[in-house]
Amino acid sequence: MSETTLPAAAPGRRRSAPRGALIGQLFEGLCFAAATLLLASLGGIIVSLIIGGWPALSKFGVGFLWSSAWNPVTDVYGAAGPIVGTVITAALALILALPVAGGVAFFLTELCPAPLRRPIGTAVELLAGIPSIVYGMWGLFVFAPLFARWIQLPLMSAAKPGSLLEALTTGIPNGSGILPASIILAIMILPFMAATLRELLLTVPAAVRESAYGLGATTAEVVLSVTLPYVRQGAIGAVMLGLGRALGETMAVTFIIGNSHAFPKSLFDSGSTIASTIANEFTEATSPVHTAALISLGLVLFLITFVVLGLARLMLRQQGAKL
Amino acid sequence: MSAAKLARRRVGDIAFKVFCVLVTALALVALAAILWSLLVQGLGGLNPKVFVKETPAPGSPGGLANAIVGSIEMCLLAMVIALTVGILAGTWLAEYGGRSRYGAVVRFLNDVLLSAPSILVGLFIYELLVAPFHGFSGFAGSVALALLAVPVITRTTEDVLLLQPTTLREAGVGLGAPLSYVIRQVLWRSARGGLLTGALLAFARISGETAPLLFTALNNQFFNKPWFDLRQQTANLPVVIFNYALSAYDDWRKLAWAGALLIAATVLAVTVVARIVAQEQRRS
Amino acid sequence: MLKTLGAAVGAALGAALIAGAATQAVAAGAMSGAGATFPAPVYAKWAEAYKAQTQTTLNYQPIGSGGGIKQIEANTVDFGASDKPLKPEEQAANGLVMFPTVVGGIVPVMNLPGFKPGQLKLTGAQLADIYRGVIKKWDDPLLARTNPGVKLPNLPITVIHRSDGSGTTFLFTSFLSLQAEHWAKEVGANDSVAWPVGQGGKGNDGVAAFVKQTPGSIGYVEYIYAAQNSMTYALMQDKAGQFIAPTAASFKAAAANAKWTSAPGFYLLLLDQPGANAWPITGATFILMHAKQADAAKAKEVLSFFDWCYKNGDGDADKLFYVPLPANVKALIRKSWSKVVGPDGKPVYK
Repeated sequence: MSETTLPAAAPGRRRSAPRGALIGQLFEGLCFAAATLLLASLGGIIVSLIIGGWPALSKFGVGFLWSSAWNPVTDVYGAAGPIVGTVITAALALILALPVAGGVAFFLTELCPAPLRRPIGTAVELLAGIPSIVYGMWGLFVFAPLFARWIQLPLMSAAKPGSLLEALTTGIPNGSGILPASIILAIMILPFMAATLRELLLTVPAAVRESAYGLGATTAEVVLSVTLPYVRQGAIGAVMLGLGRALGETMAVTFIIGNSHAFPKSLFDSGSTIASTIANEFTEATSPVHTAALISLGLVLFLITFVVLGLARLMLRQQGAKL
Repeated sequence: MSAAKLARRRVGDIAFKVFCVLVTALALVALAAILWSLLVQGLGGLNPKVFVKETPAPGSPGGLANAIVGSIEMCLLAMVIALTVGILAGTWLAEYGGRSRYGAVVRFLNDVLLSAPSILVGLFIYELLVAPFHGFSGFAGSVALALLAVPVITRTTEDVLLLQPTTLREAGVGLGAPLSYVIRQVLWRSARGGLLTGALLAFARISGETAPLLFTALNNQFFNKPWFDLRQQTANLPVVIFNYALSAYDDWRKLAWAGALLIAATVLAVTVVARIVAQEQRRS
Repeated sequence: MLKTLGAAVGAALGAALIAGAATQAVAAGAMSGAGATFPAPVYAKWAEAYKAQTQTTLNYQPIGSGGGIKQIEANTVDFGASDKPLKPEEQAANGLVMFPTVVGGIVPVMNLPGFKPGQLKLTGAQLADIYRGVIKKWDDPLLARTNPGVKLPNLPITVIHRSDGSGTTFLFTSFLSLQAEHWAKEVGANDSVAWPVGQGGKGNDGVAAFVKQTPGSIGYVEYIYAAQNSMTYALMQDKAGQFIAPTAASFKAAAANAKWTSAPGFYLLLLDQPGANAWPITGATFILMHAKQADAAKAKEVLSFFDWCYKNGDGDADKLFYVPLPANVKALIRKSWSKVVGPDGKPVYK
């Protein structure tokens, strides 16, 4: 293949101009091909989802999106329960993880004593390397009992009947449900966001930061008004990395969310997410409509991602216009 | 007035610093708690047999050797594919076509791909490489893992390349070097740390993935014959962990935790080694 | 850097090409099966012993009963396995042959502080009412009826079920449908159902964990999980009206009375079997193979493996809390293998 000859030829010190141009074109073509391959694989996934999900989509129509029925016996399915569960858990996880990830990244770049920087940074990255099933098992066997005992039960007994707190905290007091699942998700996405944010902050030219300090700015001001805006574009990418993981995580969530297809009524109520529903039922689904409904759920998840990312883009553009 | 403002700024600064320290401590506590469980449970199952014996039936002596070998093979192949595609695609977005309409579409879809649940990626590869050929294979598993790793690498590659100062490019091109040469020799080199982070994140992301492998590589109770032949159902740590962790047998559960510990330790080791290597290179 | 990249590109393309081209050639090699998780430990044990004796490897992977059915239909494995039997007409429609291997039991477990295993007695109808959310508290008069003299706590009942589709759930809900008309009408039997109440745990282990962490909860698990976790189980009412304990003996009793001879295609649920001490929630697990085999030698290998297991595997099955099939049933199964034919139309076995 011609591609394989390219790198061997490239590092020569004396390159004749036409050959250099050819290599340049080849290289650009190669990069373009890689980008297109990316496009094609996502296209392939979506096409295969549409084909696979068609029996359910054609049977239930758009009503699939807001029906909360989910009955494998009568073969009637609606995606509303898992959609709501997915959005709530991902949003909660992001809300919980983002400040922590930011704090960790700022700490590592601005405050941390130099000898500790590497170990702490590596430790946080290590969180990303723990298999998700370990998070699930840790969540179920270690976190859930502690959470039930020290957070859930005190909150439930502190809640006055009829109060908002009571409405938010009703549920089975065994440390499972929407909020515990969100917390586990937050821990899982934290290292992704923290590591990318730190890497971004490190790329801010020293001159920029130092001139801000030189003007008498405090650390908080430097971080919040100078370095963070400097890497804003990339920071959105870091958030997307985390959000993506939160939306698509299966194994860990399944263990602890309680897996009910109804709308969750409180923070401690059982719920389900799209990914967890697919993981739970796909291997066992033998009815064609059930399988198709699960694949359609996957399609809906892509739809959600499209919307979320689209909104993020829009927000970014407006912000850019103001600046 | 100005003194009050100064005091307010100072308080804000202290609050900010305290917050940063506290959340870092929180993250480290979470890590410590999970690692503690992992160590306590995993060390109990770790012994030399784990590295030399095949996965056993309940009650038989055995280890994880076939799963370790299979996982290494599949992850390596996946990373080779993903690094090639991801770095090139990210470079195209940052240096060539990123501002075009097509570039915007690619970038957008890459972000979508980032959040594709791994189980759907597995299903896609199942339809593409397993069902048509009537057989699960380690090769299909590698492709599924690669597909999960590519968007991470593409995203980080583009981000770090865009953050390289324009002066670098101008200087290179000004010296008469073609852009492609500048990208490869100057930009990639100066962005090495970021590229490495992307690769490590991608590796961390795929090293413990169960769902995509369930539909592609499946798993194998024994070694492949020959051991490097990825055309067969291939043993791998995540699926073994998944199968054993929720079983009723103590020896299986111990192996599952030992396997999980091995994955985490590998990610740690790879991260540390890569960072040291990167720093050595930067120095020379 | 460039050289490494060049090598990487080369390696990737090379590997992709070789592997891609070769994937089409794959066929020969070790036997493979996939499906139900319930019998996976005993199949692994048999495969290990078989390999030690014959050097032939058989790789069985637990992906769930539904997965087993789907994968054998897609022809990605040599045999599928399922806890949910296919009806004779379903077998015929997909050109499949089905036969049972071992039998096991499902046990209702609960978390009732102060209660000993077997202290609570339940009927199938009561169990159905609990899972329908009709019986909400443990001191409900309906439960007191079968438990005279037992002080039932004033605790709300938390229902725990499987979240993942499962053959265990299929058997359990089939049993509830059999015992309670309401359940059959409103919920039905399947490997996953629309549960009226309760919380879903992942796998047997997930259910056991939720039950252990929630006072007043009830769940259902495969026998081994109840035994290994020493959980509080309930005595269940058998067909004759007696309350019996889940033990290897009571599963065996249920299997012994099963009328396999009058079950075409071995389609048989072992629920609520007649006979003394027959545990009412018992089920067999099944193997699925294509009736028409493209590779006669491979099919013969698979059948030889199961023949070997029927001859030599009972001890291992016992040790892992499975109930082996009676000898006459095994003979019947071997006879049924004449339906598995090669491309030439001749039976591959014997």
